[in-house]
Amino acid sequence: MNWIVFAILALLALTAVTVARLRQLWAAVMFTGIYSFLSASWMMILDAPDVAFTEAAVGAGISTVLMLSTLALTGEQEQPTKRSPIIPLLVVIVTGGALIYGTLDMPHYGDPNAAVHMHPDPSFVERSLEDMHGLPNVVTALLASYRGYDTLGETTVVLTAGIAVLLILRRDELERPAIASRAKRRKRKASA
Amino acid sequence: MIKFPIIRVITKLLIPYILLFAFYVQFHGDYGPGGGFQAGVIFAAALILYGLVFGLDAIKRVAPPIVIEKLMAIGVLVYAGTGFATMMLGGNFLDYDVLEHSFNHKYLPGGQHLGIFLVEVGVGITVTSVMTMIFYAFASRSRFV
Repeated sequence: MNWIVFAILALLALTAVTVARLRQLWAAVMFTGIYSFLSASWMMILDAPDVAFTEAAVGAGISTVLMLSTLALTGEQEQPTKRSPIIPLLVVIVTGGALIYGTLDMPHYGDPNAAVHMHPDPSFVERSLEDMHGLPNVVTALLASYRGYDTLGETTVVLTAGIAVLLILRRDELERPAIASRAKRRKRKASA
Repeated sequence: MIKFPIIRVITKLLIPYILLFAFYVQFHGDYGPGGGFQAGVIFAAALILYGLVFGLDAIKRVAPPIVIEKLMAIGVLVYAGTGFATMMLGGNFLDYDVLEHSFNHKYLPGGQHLGIFLVEVGVGITVTSVMTMIFYAFASRSRFV
């Protein structure tokens, strides 16, 4: 399995660099789709098919469509920047260094003594089959039953985000008739 | 897109299977990987694919924005309503165990099965409609400049 892991990680890095270097936004959007598919494959290797589903559907599917429709509203070329890239580069290097330094303290992958496997109680995993009267999927049991409040909150967050997007994007739609009538009035005034 | 018959035919062939897969992920989420969020996104992806190929008017006939708008909130209401239903039956909020003996087991799953099922349906409805609604909001904007 090792060479698949390395191949996917290398392709992820390669795609990320390509996206950062591209000035053709249409191509960049396509590359972010490829990036999402690679992350989905990576999630499959980490035994998280739920996350892989989400990544493939949201990252590669819907968000690509949304970015393309944004491009249709704006333009396909990125404006060349005049500012020097040194400060952003410095920020990225410092942040990346801090993140890598942080991973040194993390437990090894699959370590049974890791805090995350010990602390919230291994009994969730041990008892869930009995508690749930035979539902085998522990992830669903945790999300919908043991942590049902959290998921209710998450669903509310999705609703709130949707409402916010609608409020922002629809404002123009509501204002457009006003703008049109104002233009018409101005034209009438000019002709009179 | 009227000029591309291959895309139209392939889309029409694929969409039923995408919808079926979404339902599978939704209703089999207790047993296999998946659940309301994933199913909702896959369902919305099928709707959006239809909209991309056949146009905004076609998709608005299939899923009218007025209905989708209401479904956004109805999903959360289904979720919270399950919690209040368990309170009415004498348990705590979202305590599915009290659903165990309320229904005939011949026709409905009991207890935790039923609770998780209802809650996931709520999540699925909200996610599907929010994703579709965001697509509508983006696609129905015309260029200003």
